[in-house]
Amino acid sequence: MNDDDIISKMIVLHSTFTLPSDLVIRIYESKADIIVKETCFGLIIEGKRSVVDEVAREIRTLDPNRIFIKERGVPPGDPHRCRVGRGGGPKPGFHQHELEFPFLPYITSALEEIERGEGKGTKMTRSLPIHIETFKDIIEKEVAQSK
Amino acid sequence: MVKVFIYPSNSLILSDLIDRFGHEPLAVMREVGKKIRTVGLDSPPINITPEDPKIGLKYAAVEVPSGVRGRMALLGPLLEEAEAAVIVMEPDIAFGCMGCARTNELVNFLVRTKNIPILELDYPRTEEDAKAFVHMIHDFTDGLGKGDK
Repeated sequence: MNDDDIISKMIVLHSTFTLPSDLVIRIYESKADIIVKETCFGLIIEGKRSVVDEVAREIRTLDPNRIFIKERGVPPGDPHRCRVGRGGGPKPGFHQHELEFPFLPYITSALEEIERGEGKGTKMTRSLPIHIETFKDIIEKEVAQSK
Repeated sequence: MVKVFIYPSNSLILSDLIDRFGHEPLAVMREVGKKIRTVGLDSPPINITPEDPKIGLKYAAVEVPSGVRGRMALLGPLLEEAEAAVIVMEPDIAFGCMGCARTNELVNFLVRTKNIPILELDYPRTEEDAKAFVHMIHDFTDGLGKGDK
């Protein structure tokens, strides 16, 4: 991984008071040598790894718990991703975002809890599959009741 | 900073949380980016080069479908670098690079054969679970050592 590698990052915004245009203005102010594309979900930025990482860190400070960032494989406006050249339909990668997007407000509230020093040691409740013998018992009981 | 392999490898939430908590997420987007920016491929990343299934031979036998080996050419180098892993079990959907069940099984198997700390989680379905999901990742990354960000 080289600092001079060209990379893209997606900045996904899930906020009620910060707009993509606010982020764009901050990037313009920083005079960083990167390409910025404003999108429906936030921004895509592209440039040298060291610059992009620095800009992403700076952008996150605007609304730390409501800005989500990940690296993106393809550059902004790439013909392989752009729907103009692909005859419409969802972009590759859309479905993963569609799945994760509804959870972002919950992630935000969890991050706020962490900021307040709450919630340490919280565990998820994992539902294990039912044992086959227990399932058989349930079936037998239900069948006996229905007779 | 610890290099943390994430699965599903294209997850926004996992990638963001690992980065936010001061570690380096090992995500497939980085490998795809290298392919896209390397001059000479016909139509990246839809096509893979004939070299990719050969790289995949390191992880899967020759009779395994070339799609598995091609995907392993992307995911394999990430696995080699991994110093820890966060695995989300049975994600609801897996598309694109993550859309091959056999590759996903192989990746999960290879992660477990490495002697690295692994956090296994389920995709959250409720608000409480989503919060616990973040707290568990936070506790896990805390245990890996302090990040330098």
